[in-house]
Amino acid sequence: MSIKVEHVSKSFSAYPALGDVSLTIADGEFVALLGPSGSGKTTLLRILAGLEVPESGKVWFGKRDVTRDKPASRGIGFVFQHYALFGHMTVAQNIAFGLRVMKRSDRPSRQAIGERIDELLELVQLPGLGGRYPSQLSGGQRQRVALARALARNPRILLLDEPFGALDAKVRRELRDALRKIHDDLRLTSIFVTHDHEEAFTLADRVALLNHGRIEQFAQPAEILHQPASPFVSAFLE
Amino acid sequence: MTAAGLREPPATKALLIAAAVLYVAVMLLLPLGAVLTEALRKGWQAWLAAVWQPDARASIRLTLIVAAISVPLNTVCGLAAAWAIAKFDFRGKTALIALIELPFSVSPVVSGLVFVLLFGAQGWFGPWLQAHDIHIIFALPGLVLATLFVTFPFVARQLIPLMTSQGRADEEAALTLGASGWQTFWRVTLPNIRFGLLYGVLLCNARAMGEFGAVSVVSGHIRGETNTMPLQVEALYNDYDFVAAFAVASLLTLLALVTLTLKSALEWKHRDQIAARH
Repeated sequence: MSIKVEHVSKSFSAYPALGDVSLTIADGEFVALLGPSGSGKTTLLRILAGLEVPESGKVWFGKRDVTRDKPASRGIGFVFQHYALFGHMTVAQNIAFGLRVMKRSDRPSRQAIGERIDELLELVQLPGLGGRYPSQLSGGQRQRVALARALARNPRILLLDEPFGALDAKVRRELRDALRKIHDDLRLTSIFVTHDHEEAFTLADRVALLNHGRIEQFAQPAEILHQPASPFVSAFLE
Repeated sequence: MTAAGLREPPATKALLIAAAVLYVAVMLLLPLGAVLTEALRKGWQAWLAAVWQPDARASIRLTLIVAAISVPLNTVCGLAAAWAIAKFDFRGKTALIALIELPFSVSPVVSGLVFVLLFGAQGWFGPWLQAHDIHIIFALPGLVLATLFVTFPFVARQLIPLMTSQGRADEEAALTLGASGWQTFWRVTLPNIRFGLLYGVLLCNARAMGEFGAVSVVSGHIRGETNTMPLQVEALYNDYDFVAAFAVASLLTLLALVTLTLKSALEWKHRDQIAARH
Protein backbone atom coordinates (compact mmCIF):
# COMPACT_ATOMS: atom_id res chain seq x y z
CA MET A 1 0.00 0.00 0.00
CA SER A 2 1.34 3.43 -0.86
CA ILE A 3 2.08 5.92 1.90
CA LYS A 4 1.98 9.68 1.70
CA VAL A 5 3.19 12.02 4.42
CA GLU A 6 2.12 15.65 3.95
CA HIS A 7 3.71 18.53 5.87
CA VAL A 8 3.88 16.63 9.15
CA SER A 9 5.22 18.49 12.21
CA LYS A 10 5.64 17.28 15.77
CA SER A 11 7.42 18.66 18.80
CA PHE A 12 8.09 17.28 22.26
CA SER A 13 7.71 19.78 25.10
CA ALA A 14 10.04 22.42 23.71
CA TYR A 15 12.19 21.07 20.94
CA PRO A 16 10.81 20.22 17.49
CA ALA A 17 11.16 16.54 16.58
CA LEU A 18 9.79 16.86 13.06
CA GLY A 19 9.43 20.06 11.07
CA ASP A 20 7.20 20.03 7.99
CA VAL A 21 8.17 16.61 6.65
CA SER A 22 6.68 15.33 3.39
CA LEU A 23 7.41 12.13 1.52
CA THR A 24 5.67 9.65 -0.77
CA ILE A 25 6.38 5.93 -0.70
CA ALA A 26 5.17 3.69 -3.51
CA ASP A 27 3.33 0.41 -2.99
CA GLY A 28 5.82 -2.40 -2.44
CA GLU A 29 8.79 -0.17 -1.70
CA PHE A 30 11.38 -0.92 0.97
CA VAL A 31 12.42 2.38 2.53
CA ALA A 32 15.01 3.18 5.17
CA LEU A 33 14.74 6.19 7.47
CA LEU A 34 18.36 7.04 8.17
CA GLY A 35 19.87 9.67 10.42
CA PRO A 36 21.78 10.42 13.60
CA SER A 37 20.01 10.06 16.95
CA GLY A 38 17.59 12.89 17.58
CA SER A 39 17.01 13.40 13.85
CA GLY A 40 13.32 12.51 14.15
CA LYS A 41 13.41 9.21 12.25
CA THR A 42 11.81 7.19 15.03
CA THR A 43 9.21 9.89 15.61
CA LEU A 44 8.27 9.73 11.92
CA LEU A 45 7.94 5.95 12.11
CA ARG A 46 5.81 6.19 15.26
CA ILE A 47 3.56 8.73 13.56
CA LEU A 48 3.07 6.27 10.69
CA ALA A 49 2.15 3.62 13.26
CA GLY A 50 -0.26 5.89 15.12
CA LEU A 51 1.77 5.72 18.34
CA GLU A 52 2.28 9.49 18.06
CA VAL A 53 -0.13 12.05 16.63
CA PRO A 54 1.34 14.88 14.54
CA GLU A 55 0.52 18.46 15.50
CA SER A 56 -0.10 19.35 11.88
CA GLY A 57 -0.03 17.65 8.52
CA LYS A 58 -1.62 14.48 7.22
CA VAL A 59 -0.74 10.81 6.71
CA TRP A 60 -2.35 8.83 3.89
CA PHE A 61 -2.32 5.05 3.44
CA GLY A 62 -3.45 4.57 -0.17
CA LYS A 63 -6.55 6.78 -0.51
CA ARG A 64 -7.34 6.70 3.24
CA ASP A 65 -6.50 9.57 5.59
CA VAL A 66 -5.19 7.77 8.69
CA THR A 67 -3.80 10.79 10.55
CA ARG A 68 -6.24 10.35 13.46
CA ASP A 69 -6.65 6.57 13.26
CA LYS A 70 -5.61 4.39 16.18
CA PRO A 71 -2.68 1.97 15.68
CA ALA A 72 -5.10 -0.95 15.90
CA SER A 73 -7.10 0.07 12.84
CA ARG A 74 -4.24 1.03 10.53
CA GLY A 75 -3.43 -2.42 9.18
CA ILE A 76 0.23 -2.18 10.06
CA GLY A 77 2.77 -4.48 11.64
CA PHE A 78 5.31 -2.91 13.99
CA VAL A 79 8.62 -4.39 15.10
CA PHE A 80 10.36 -2.85 18.12
CA GLN A 81 14.09 -2.51 18.67
CA HIS A 82 14.01 -4.52 21.89
CA TYR A 83 11.37 -6.94 20.53
CA ALA A 84 8.71 -6.12 23.15
CA LEU A 85 7.68 -9.76 23.25
CA PHE A 86 5.23 -10.67 25.99
CA GLY A 87 7.38 -12.51 28.51
CA HIS A 88 4.54 -14.43 30.14
CA MET A 89 3.37 -15.92 26.83
CA THR A 90 4.94 -18.66 24.75
CA VAL A 91 6.20 -17.93 21.24
CA ALA A 92 2.97 -19.35 19.79
CA GLN A 93 0.84 -17.22 22.14
CA ASN A 94 2.85 -14.15 21.22
CA ILE A 95 2.32 -14.76 17.51
CA ALA A 96 -1.38 -15.49 17.99
CA PHE A 97 -1.96 -12.36 20.10
CA GLY A 98 -3.09 -10.17 17.21
CA LEU A 99 -5.56 -12.85 16.09
CA ARG A 100 -6.93 -13.64 19.56
CA VAL A 101 -7.79 -10.01 20.36
CA MET A 102 -9.98 -9.72 17.25
CA LYS A 103 -13.73 -9.33 17.64
CA ARG A 104 -15.42 -12.70 17.95
CA SER A 105 -17.10 -12.30 14.59
CA ASP A 106 -13.80 -11.68 12.78
CA ARG A 107 -11.63 -14.03 14.80
CA PRO A 108 -10.30 -17.13 13.03
CA SER A 109 -11.17 -20.51 14.51
CA ARG A 110 -8.85 -22.14 17.02
CA GLN A 111 -7.64 -24.51 14.33
CA ALA A 112 -7.06 -21.71 11.80
CA ILE A 113 -5.02 -19.80 14.39
CA GLY A 114 -2.93 -22.92 15.03
CA GLU A 115 -2.24 -23.32 11.32
CA ARG A 116 -1.38 -19.64 10.97
CA ILE A 117 1.14 -19.92 13.85
CA ASP A 118 2.88 -22.85 12.12
CA GLU A 119 2.88 -20.99 8.82
CA LEU A 120 4.46 -17.90 10.38
CA LEU A 121 7.06 -19.90 12.33
CA GLU A 122 7.97 -21.53 9.02
CA LEU A 123 8.19 -18.11 7.36
CA VAL A 124 10.67 -16.77 9.95
CA GLN A 125 12.54 -20.09 9.99
CA LEU A 126 11.76 -21.07 13.56
CA PRO A 127 9.60 -24.18 13.04
CA GLY A 128 8.83 -26.14 16.18
CA LEU A 129 9.74 -23.37 18.65
CA GLY A 130 6.13 -22.38 19.38
CA GLY A 131 6.21 -23.82 22.90
CA ARG A 132 9.25 -21.88 24.09
CA TYR A 133 9.19 -18.71 26.14
CA PRO A 134 10.93 -15.59 24.78
CA SER A 135 13.50 -15.78 27.59
CA GLN A 136 14.63 -19.15 26.20
CA LEU A 137 15.50 -17.68 22.78
CA SER A 138 18.54 -15.83 21.42
CA GLY A 139 18.28 -12.19 20.38
CA GLY A 140 18.03 -13.06 16.70
CA GLN A 141 15.33 -15.64 17.38
CA ARG A 142 13.37 -13.17 19.48
CA GLN A 143 13.39 -10.62 16.69
CA ARG A 144 12.17 -13.30 14.28
CA VAL A 145 9.29 -14.05 16.65
CA ALA A 146 8.52 -10.34 16.87
CA LEU A 147 8.46 -10.22 13.07
CA ALA A 148 6.13 -13.24 12.87
CA ARG A 149 3.86 -11.66 15.47
CA ALA A 150 3.72 -8.39 13.53
CA LEU A 151 2.78 -10.27 10.34
CA ALA A 152 0.03 -12.42 11.89
CA ARG A 153 -2.85 -10.19 10.80
CA ASN A 154 -1.54 -9.82 7.27
CA PRO A 155 -0.62 -6.15 7.43
CA ARG A 156 0.06 -4.41 4.14
CA ILE A 157 2.60 -2.10 5.76
CA LEU A 158 5.49 -3.24 7.95
CA LEU A 159 7.22 -0.70 10.21
CA LEU A 160 10.48 -1.58 11.95
CA ASP A 161 12.25 0.55 14.59
CA GLU A 162 15.98 -0.25 14.53
CA PRO A 163 15.13 -3.93 14.10
CA PHE A 164 18.74 -5.09 14.10
CA GLY A 165 20.03 -2.57 16.63
CA ALA A 166 20.43 -5.02 19.51
CA LEU A 167 21.99 -7.87 17.49
CA ASP A 168 25.56 -8.85 16.61
CA ALA A 169 26.94 -8.55 13.08
CA LYS A 170 26.45 -12.11 11.87
CA VAL A 171 22.87 -12.41 13.13
CA ARG A 172 22.21 -8.98 11.66
CA ARG A 173 23.18 -10.11 8.15
CA GLU A 174 21.09 -13.27 8.37
CA LEU A 175 18.09 -11.38 9.60
CA ARG A 176 18.51 -8.65 6.97
CA ASP A 177 18.38 -11.24 4.18
CA ALA A 178 15.40 -12.96 5.78
CA LEU A 179 13.57 -9.64 6.10
CA ARG A 180 14.23 -8.66 2.48
CA LYS A 181 12.93 -12.03 1.31
CA ILE A 182 9.79 -11.79 3.42
CA HIS A 183 9.19 -8.27 2.18
CA ASP A 184 9.45 -9.43 -1.45
CA ASP A 185 7.43 -12.64 -0.98
CA LEU A 186 4.55 -10.96 0.83
CA ARG A 187 4.71 -7.81 -1.35
CA LEU A 188 4.72 -5.59 1.69
CA THR A 189 5.47 -1.91 1.87
CA SER A 190 8.19 -1.72 4.52
CA ILE A 191 9.85 1.16 6.34
CA PHE A 192 12.65 0.67 8.79
CA VAL A 193 14.61 3.05 10.98
CA THR A 194 18.38 2.79 11.28
CA HIS A 195 21.40 4.90 12.10
CA ASP A 196 23.71 2.58 10.15
CA HIS A 197 24.09 3.83 6.56
CA GLU A 198 25.58 0.59 5.29
CA GLU A 199 22.52 -1.26 6.47
CA ALA A 200 20.22 1.31 4.89
CA PHE A 201 22.04 1.19 1.56
CA THR A 202 22.27 -2.60 1.28
CA LEU A 203 18.69 -3.29 2.27
CA ALA A 204 16.47 -0.43 1.07
CA ASP A 205 15.13 0.55 -2.34
CA ARG A 206 15.19 4.18 -1.29
CA VAL A 207 16.70 5.95 1.69
CA ALA A 208 15.34 9.03 3.45
CA LEU A 209 18.12 10.86 5.26
CA LEU A 210 16.89 12.91 8.20
CA ASN A 211 18.60 15.60 10.21
CA HIS A 212 17.11 17.89 12.89
CA GLY A 213 13.58 16.81 12.04
CA ARG A 214 13.87 17.47 8.30
CA ILE A 215 14.49 15.28 5.29
CA GLU A 216 17.84 16.18 3.73
CA GLN A 217 17.52 13.78 0.82
CA PHE A 218 15.14 11.00 -0.23
CA ALA A 219 16.51 8.94 -3.10
CA GLN A 220 17.95 5.62 -4.20
CA PRO A 221 21.22 4.63 -2.51
CA ALA A 222 23.30 5.13 -5.66
CA GLU A 223 21.97 8.64 -6.17
CA ILE A 224 22.65 9.63 -2.55
CA LEU A 225 26.19 8.29 -2.83
CA HIS A 226 26.95 10.05 -6.11
CA GLN A 227 24.92 13.20 -5.73
CA PRO A 228 24.61 14.10 -2.05
CA ALA A 229 22.02 16.84 -1.74
CA SER A 230 23.73 18.77 1.04
CA PRO A 231 27.01 19.03 2.95
CA PHE A 232 25.31 17.19 5.83
CA VAL A 233 24.61 14.19 3.61
CA SER A 234 28.20 13.89 2.42
CA ALA A 235 29.49 14.36 5.96
CA PHE A 236 27.11 11.72 7.34
CA LEU A 237 28.19 9.13 4.77
CA GLU A 238 31.88 9.45 5.53
CA MET B 1 33.99 -11.08 42.69
CA THR B 2 35.53 -14.13 44.34
CA ALA B 3 39.07 -12.84 44.16
CA ALA B 4 40.87 -13.58 47.42
CA GLY B 5 41.42 -9.89 48.16
CA LEU B 6 37.70 -9.19 47.99
CA ARG B 7 36.73 -11.92 50.43
CA GLU B 8 36.16 -11.13 54.08
CA PRO B 9 38.40 -12.91 56.60
CA PRO B 10 36.49 -15.90 58.10
CA ALA B 11 36.37 -14.31 61.55
CA THR B 12 34.72 -11.12 60.25
CA LYS B 13 32.25 -13.17 58.30
CA ALA B 14 31.30 -15.28 61.31
CA LEU B 15 30.94 -12.19 63.46
CA LEU B 16 28.69 -10.44 60.94
CA ILE B 17 26.45 -13.48 60.58
CA ALA B 18 26.27 -13.96 64.36
CA ALA B 19 25.34 -10.31 64.86
CA ALA B 20 22.59 -10.52 62.24
CA VAL B 21 21.16 -13.74 63.67
CA LEU B 22 21.25 -12.39 67.21
CA TYR B 23 19.54 -9.18 66.18
CA VAL B 24 16.78 -11.05 64.35
CA ALA B 25 16.34 -13.38 67.31
CA VAL B 26 16.04 -10.61 69.89
CA MET B 27 14.03 -8.16 67.82
CA LEU B 28 11.74 -10.54 65.90
CA LEU B 29 11.70 -14.11 67.16
CA LEU B 30 11.60 -13.34 70.88
CA PRO B 31 8.48 -11.12 70.70
CA LEU B 32 6.83 -13.59 68.37
CA GLY B 33 7.53 -16.43 70.77
CA ALA B 34 6.33 -14.32 73.71
CA VAL B 35 2.98 -13.62 72.05
CA LEU B 36 2.34 -17.29 71.34
CA THR B 37 3.52 -18.43 74.79
CA GLU B 38 1.36 -15.90 76.62
CA ALA B 39 -1.64 -16.73 74.42
CA LEU B 40 -1.37 -20.43 75.26
CA ARG B 41 -0.33 -19.99 78.89
CA LYS B 42 -3.59 -21.45 80.21
CA GLY B 43 -3.94 -24.08 77.52
CA TRP B 44 -5.53 -24.10 74.12
CA GLN B 45 -9.07 -24.33 75.53
CA ALA B 46 -8.59 -20.99 77.24
CA TRP B 47 -7.17 -19.65 73.98
CA LEU B 48 -10.18 -20.91 72.05
CA ALA B 49 -12.62 -19.52 74.62
CA ALA B 50 -10.92 -16.12 74.47
CA VAL B 51 -11.02 -16.02 70.68
CA TRP B 52 -14.60 -17.28 70.56
CA GLN B 53 -15.88 -14.77 73.09
CA PRO B 54 -18.62 -12.56 71.47
CA ASP B 55 -16.64 -9.27 71.67
CA ALA B 56 -13.56 -10.94 70.23
CA ARG B 57 -15.62 -12.47 67.43
CA ALA B 58 -17.19 -9.09 66.71
CA SER B 59 -13.74 -7.51 66.52
CA ILE B 60 -12.55 -10.22 64.10
CA ARG B 61 -15.62 -9.72 61.94
CA LEU B 62 -15.16 -5.93 61.97
CA THR B 63 -11.48 -6.23 61.03
CA LEU B 64 -12.35 -8.53 58.14
CA ILE B 65 -15.07 -6.16 56.91
CA VAL B 66 -12.78 -3.12 57.08
CA ALA B 67 -10.05 -4.99 55.17
CA ALA B 68 -12.54 -6.40 52.65
CA ILE B 69 -13.63 -2.86 51.77
CA SER B 70 -10.36 -0.95 51.95
CA VAL B 71 -7.97 -3.45 50.31
CA PRO B 72 -9.87 -3.79 46.99
CA LEU B 73 -10.46 -0.02 46.87
CA ASN B 74 -6.79 0.76 47.46
CA THR B 75 -5.76 -1.93 44.98
CA VAL B 76 -7.81 -0.36 42.21
CA CYS B 77 -6.82 3.22 43.10
CA GLY B 78 -3.17 2.29 43.61
CA LEU B 79 -3.11 0.52 40.28
CA ALA B 80 -4.69 3.50 38.55
CA ALA B 81 -2.25 5.93 40.16
CA ALA B 82 0.77 3.78 39.30
CA TRP B 83 -0.45 3.36 35.73
CA ALA B 84 -0.89 7.10 35.29
CA ILE B 85 2.51 7.90 36.79
CA ALA B 86 4.47 5.19 35.00
CA LYS B 87 2.93 5.32 31.55
CA PHE B 88 2.10 8.99 30.99
CA ASP B 89 3.87 12.30 31.23
CA PHE B 90 1.91 15.12 32.78
CA ARG B 91 2.32 18.25 34.81
CA GLY B 92 2.43 17.76 38.57
CA LYS B 93 3.63 14.14 38.39
CA THR B 94 6.26 14.66 41.10
CA ALA B 95 3.67 16.30 43.33
CA LEU B 96 1.35 13.34 42.85
CA ILE B 97 4.09 10.89 43.83
CA ALA B 98 4.83 12.93 46.95
CA LEU B 99 1.11 12.98 47.82
CA ILE B 100 0.85 9.21 47.48
CA GLU B 101 3.67 8.82 49.98
CA LEU B 102 2.12 11.31 52.41
CA PRO B 103 0.36 8.71 54.60
CA PHE B 104 3.76 7.10 55.28
CA SER B 105 5.21 10.29 56.71
CA VAL B 106 2.15 11.40 58.67
CA SER B 107 1.67 9.97 62.14
CA PRO B 108 -1.29 7.56 62.09
CA VAL B 109 -2.86 9.44 64.99
CA VAL B 110 -2.92 12.58 62.87
CA SER B 111 -4.41 10.59 59.99
CA GLY B 112 -7.27 9.60 62.29
CA LEU B 113 -7.67 13.07 63.76
CA VAL B 114 -8.07 14.57 60.29
CA PHE B 115 -11.24 12.55 59.82
CA VAL B 116 -12.56 13.51 63.26
CA LEU B 117 -11.93 17.13 62.30
CA LEU B 118 -13.86 16.66 59.06
CA PHE B 119 -16.71 14.37 60.07
CA GLY B 120 -16.82 14.48 63.89
CA ALA B 121 -19.67 16.10 65.79
CA GLN B 122 -17.68 19.35 66.07
CA GLY B 123 -16.09 18.90 62.62
CA TRP B 124 -16.64 20.75 59.35
CA PHE B 125 -19.35 18.44 58.09
CA GLY B 126 -20.51 17.32 61.56
CA PRO B 127 -23.74 19.36 61.83
CA TRP B 128 -24.83 18.43 58.31
CA LEU B 129 -24.13 14.74 58.92
CA GLN B 130 -26.01 14.85 62.21
CA ALA B 131 -28.97 16.54 60.58
CA HIS B 132 -29.13 13.72 58.04
CA ASP B 133 -28.48 10.99 60.65
CA ILE B 134 -25.29 9.78 58.95
CA HIS B 135 -22.67 8.24 61.25
CA ILE B 136 -19.06 8.28 60.11
CA ILE B 137 -16.93 8.81 63.18
CA PHE B 138 -17.31 6.10 65.85
CA ALA B 139 -18.79 3.86 63.14
CA LEU B 140 -17.74 1.61 60.27
CA PRO B 141 -17.36 4.37 57.63
CA GLY B 142 -14.83 6.19 59.83
CA LEU B 143 -12.83 2.99 60.39
CA VAL B 144 -12.78 2.33 56.65
CA LEU B 145 -11.78 5.93 55.83
CA ALA B 146 -8.91 5.92 58.32
CA THR B 147 -7.71 2.53 57.06
CA LEU B 148 -7.96 3.65 53.42
CA PHE B 149 -5.86 6.70 54.19
CA VAL B 150 -3.16 4.82 56.04
CA THR B 151 -2.87 1.91 53.58
CA PHE B 152 -3.14 3.86 50.32
CA PRO B 153 0.58 3.94 49.44
CA PHE B 154 1.24 0.17 49.62
CA VAL B 155 0.00 -0.92 46.21
CA ALA B 156 0.99 2.26 44.36
CA ARG B 157 4.49 2.36 45.83
CA GLN B 158 5.07 -1.26 44.93
CA LEU B 159 3.97 -0.73 41.33
CA ILE B 160 5.37 2.67 40.36
CA PRO B 161 9.05 1.64 40.11
CA LEU B 162 8.11 -1.69 38.53
CA MET B 163 5.89 -0.18 35.85
CA THR B 164 8.32 2.67 35.20
CA SER B 165 11.17 0.22 34.61
CA GLN B 166 9.03 -1.87 32.27
CA GLY B 167 8.29 1.12 30.07
CA ARG B 168 5.59 1.32 27.44
CA ALA B 169 6.91 -0.95 24.70
CA ASP B 170 4.77 -3.99 25.60
CA GLU B 171 1.62 -1.89 25.68
CA GLU B 172 2.50 -0.22 22.41
CA ALA B 173 3.16 -3.61 20.84
CA ALA B 174 -0.27 -4.78 21.97
CA LEU B 175 -1.91 -1.67 20.53
CA THR B 176 -0.21 -2.07 17.14
CA LEU B 177 -1.36 -5.71 17.16
CA GLY B 178 -4.95 -4.52 17.35
CA ALA B 179 -5.73 -4.87 21.04
CA SER B 180 -8.11 -2.42 22.70
CA GLY B 181 -7.15 -0.53 25.85
CA TRP B 182 -8.90 -3.08 28.08
CA GLN B 183 -7.42 -6.05 26.26
CA THR B 184 -3.98 -4.50 26.62
CA PHE B 185 -4.52 -3.99 30.34
CA TRP B 186 -5.82 -7.50 31.07
CA ARG B 187 -3.56 -9.47 28.75
CA VAL B 188 -0.30 -7.52 28.88
CA THR B 189 -0.05 -4.96 31.67
CA LEU B 190 -1.61 -7.01 34.47
CA PRO B 191 0.40 -10.21 33.81
CA ASN B 192 3.57 -8.11 33.69
CA ILE B 193 2.97 -6.66 37.16
CA ARG B 194 1.10 -9.52 38.86
CA PHE B 195 3.78 -10.40 41.42
CA GLY B 196 4.41 -6.81 42.39
CA LEU B 197 0.67 -6.24 42.61
CA LEU B 198 0.12 -9.33 44.73
CA TYR B 199 2.92 -8.35 47.06
CA GLY B 200 1.46 -4.85 47.38
CA VAL B 201 -1.98 -6.27 48.13
CA LEU B 202 -0.58 -8.61 50.80
CA LEU B 203 1.26 -5.75 52.52
CA CYS B 204 -1.77 -3.51 52.21
CA ASN B 205 -3.97 -6.21 53.76
CA ALA B 206 -1.55 -6.88 56.61
CA ARG B 207 -1.51 -3.19 57.47
CA ALA B 208 -5.27 -2.77 57.02
CA MET B 209 -5.89 -5.53 59.56
CA GLY B 210 -3.13 -4.46 61.91
CA GLU B 211 -3.55 -0.67 61.91
CA PHE B 212 -3.95 0.75 65.39
CA GLY B 213 -3.27 4.51 65.62
CA ALA B 214 -5.54 6.02 63.01
CA VAL B 215 -8.33 3.54 63.68
CA SER B 216 -8.07 4.11 67.42
CA VAL B 217 -8.89 7.81 67.02
CA VAL B 218 -12.03 7.32 64.94
CA SER B 219 -13.32 4.12 66.56
CA GLY B 220 -14.78 5.25 69.88
CA HIS B 221 -13.76 1.88 71.37
CA ILE B 222 -17.23 0.42 71.73
CA ARG B 223 -16.67 -3.27 72.48
CA GLY B 224 -18.50 -5.64 70.19
CA GLU B 225 -19.30 -2.75 67.87
CA THR B 226 -16.40 -0.52 66.80
CA ASN B 227 -13.38 -2.32 68.21
CA THR B 228 -11.20 -3.89 65.56
CA MET B 229 -8.78 -6.64 66.57
CA PRO B 230 -5.83 -4.38 67.49
CA LEU B 231 -8.17 -2.18 69.55
CA GLN B 232 -9.68 -5.24 71.21
CA VAL B 233 -6.18 -6.37 72.17
CA GLU B 234 -5.57 -3.05 73.87
CA ALA B 235 -8.94 -3.10 75.65
CA LEU B 236 -8.37 -6.61 77.00
CA TYR B 237 -4.83 -5.76 78.06
CA ASN B 238 -6.07 -2.74 79.97
CA ASP B 239 -8.52 -5.07 81.75
CA TYR B 240 -5.53 -7.18 82.86
CA ASP B 241 -7.07 -10.05 80.87
CA PHE B 242 -3.67 -11.05 79.50
CA VAL B 243 -4.55 -14.46 78.13
CA ALA B 244 -7.45 -13.06 76.13
CA ALA B 245 -5.37 -10.09 74.95
CA PHE B 246 -2.57 -12.32 73.77
CA ALA B 247 -5.02 -14.78 72.23
CA VAL B 248 -6.41 -12.09 69.93
CA ALA B 249 -2.88 -10.77 69.39
CA SER B 250 -1.78 -14.26 68.39
CA LEU B 251 -4.38 -14.21 65.62
CA LEU B 252 -2.86 -10.99 64.28
CA THR B 253 0.58 -12.58 64.52
CA LEU B 254 -0.73 -15.57 62.63
CA LEU B 255 -1.95 -13.21 59.93
CA ALA B 256 1.57 -11.84 59.57
CA LEU B 257 2.99 -15.34 59.31
CA VAL B 258 0.38 -16.33 56.73
CA THR B 259 1.18 -13.20 54.72
CA LEU B 260 4.87 -14.03 54.80
CA THR B 261 4.30 -17.66 53.87
CA LEU B 262 1.98 -16.75 51.01
CA LYS B 263 4.49 -14.29 49.64
CA SER B 264 7.37 -16.77 49.85
CA ALA B 265 5.26 -19.55 48.35
CA LEU B 266 4.27 -17.31 45.46
CA GLU B 267 7.85 -16.32 44.82
CA TRP B 268 8.95 -19.95 44.97
CA LYS B 269 6.18 -21.22 42.73
CA HIS B 270 6.84 -18.63 40.06
CA ARG B 271 10.60 -18.44 40.47
CA ASP B 272 11.19 -19.45 36.82
CA GLN B 273 8.99 -16.68 35.50
CA ILE B 274 10.43 -14.16 37.92
CA ALA B 275 13.95 -15.12 36.84
CA ALA B 276 12.89 -15.10 33.19
CA ARG B 277 11.87 -11.48 33.38
CA HIS B 278 15.34 -10.37 34.38
